[in-house]
Amino acid sequence: MKRQLPFVLVFIFGAFMVFQYFVPHESSEWVYEFLLDWITIIGIFALALGIYSLYHVSVEKIKFKRENWPYSYVTLIGLFLMVVFGFTGRVGDAWGMYPVFVLTLVAFLMLLIQTTIATNKTLWLGLCAVSLVVAVAIGLFDDTWTINFMTQEGLRNSMFVNFFDYILIPILSTMFSLLAFFIASAAYRAFRARNLLATLLLIAALIVMLRFNPYMPFGLPALMADTSNWLMNVPNLAAQRAIVIGIGLGIVATALKVILGIERGYMGKG
Amino acid sequence: MMVHNLISTILITGENIGVTVSLAVIFGGLAWLMYRSIKGREVDRRVIFLFIFVAVATPIIFTITFEFKATPIVRALYDKIESLPENSTVLLSYDFDPAMAPEVQPMANALTRHCLAKGHKIVYMCLFATGQGQLERTFREVIRPEFADKVDGIDYVNLGYKAGNEGVLNVIITDFQKMFPTDVNTVPYDSIPIFNNIKSCKDLDFIVSIGGGRPGIKEWILFVGDPGDIPIAAGVAAVVAPQLYPYYPNQLLGLLGGVKGAAEYENTLKDNYPRFENSDTPAIKMMGPQTLAHIVIMLFIIIGNILYFREKRLGKHK
Repeated sequence: MKRQLPFVLVFIFGAFMVFQYFVPHESSEWVYEFLLDWITIIGIFALALGIYSLYHVSVEKIKFKRENWPYSYVTLIGLFLMVVFGFTGRVGDAWGMYPVFVLTLVAFLMLLIQTTIATNKTLWLGLCAVSLVVAVAIGLFDDTWTINFMTQEGLRNSMFVNFFDYILIPILSTMFSLLAFFIASAAYRAFRARNLLATLLLIAALIVMLRFNPYMPFGLPALMADTSNWLMNVPNLAAQRAIVIGIGLGIVATALKVILGIERGYMGKG
Repeated sequence: MMVHNLISTILITGENIGVTVSLAVIFGGLAWLMYRSIKGREVDRRVIFLFIFVAVATPIIFTITFEFKATPIVRALYDKIESLPENSTVLLSYDFDPAMAPEVQPMANALTRHCLAKGHKIVYMCLFATGQGQLERTFREVIRPEFADKVDGIDYVNLGYKAGNEGVLNVIITDFQKMFPTDVNTVPYDSIPIFNNIKSCKDLDFIVSIGGGRPGIKEWILFVGDPGDIPIAAGVAAVVAPQLYPYYPNQLLGLLGGVKGAAEYENTLKDNYPRFENSDTPAIKMMGPQTLAHIVIMLFIIIGNILYFREKRLGKHK
């Protein structure tokens, strides 16, 4: 029953969604829209699950001192800092005790984790209590900060914006930009005219790259642009269409297999 | 010839000795490597990394910029926004994260400038959680400093992020309010003037998805553009652009692909709107490093092939 119930649900809802598409009746539309609400709900739960998973994996890594475990502290501190900055904010321009409040709150959360994994729990619990008392005291008696729990005002919190703009964006952009170096190295080694197909690939790649280049003599830029557009619009288009149609048919086949219970990989076991 | 033209242009203009010296170092070094390859010496990958670094850094430090003519696929998007009557409603969906931002944020900012200058109303939303932060950047860098007269709720509205991926699109194709009962400032949907005549995506005049990941433009076409017969265009990272050509021009009216697409759009905007003459054009600035890096990569490919054919001639390859 434990395994059969999900299969029955998948069959009923999967088959319904297929037939619903061809039934333009009001009731059918209503049921369809009702089911769509569930997608949003599942999406929100998936976010919460993702955050919990990140927390759990990081704590486990610290607890068992797995490879590169100190970085998990950075992950957790970053997670808590962004959450605190996202849900709180300064009132006006005065900083007041707001930075101390944020730091003690994050310290409390980190010490709480440390308490659960440490052997000498008394020491960590004491530090945890101290940081909590300080955070609560500041929270109660300092009026330079506010909670933005119900609005998205936290996204405009200067610290949230600074962390996003000056830490997250440069880090992710750096990771992405490293591709340029590896592509150059890979192009040097792989783009060699070993046979006809490799030669065609090499020539096509050079033409597409050359179209970006404004420093070409004798009207070559126009020729390169035309050739490059032809490459994109004809051979590339034909290949992409074949791939898209192939993927589409594959999705239909897989969906049918899931609905009919032939493909059971989503249950975690084959 | 190409390299000669590049160097001679810089030397003739004589604007920047730093550029000349850097280019001399890059191309002198490459000529030396080419000579070594003829002699049968491989190039260490750290040397390649060094050349790419110098090629990317030089135009950033000494500023080399180019002018670009819009290709038909970019022009189609520009013309669509131009052809819409004033007060049309355009939806800009920020479906990207900070990793993609250097390529696509300039598109988002340029499209915002174009729409607002043309008198269109903009509905902002995002299918990526981090898209919300990118959206705030557009407000901070474009709307507040350049369009201070435009009013939130009347000329533009920020709906923010909603979890659910294509589920969100499946709902807004029939009912916006159901998915977005308020905007990010918790203003109820019914109180936002921009939505007076808008119930669903079908009431929008144009949709542009900016991103390159999933959910993104393909989902917009599948779940909104095709079922609702709504004109859609996209701005995407360069690696994604070739995959979208099958949708152009019937399901996708126009496409900005990578920094090049963004630079073409910025250039067209600058040429046609004098008020943007001094606006920030990050994509045009980024084309300098990209162009020089492409030249270096092409020369490395040639060096690699010289080496390959030399070895083949000597019988090292079967």
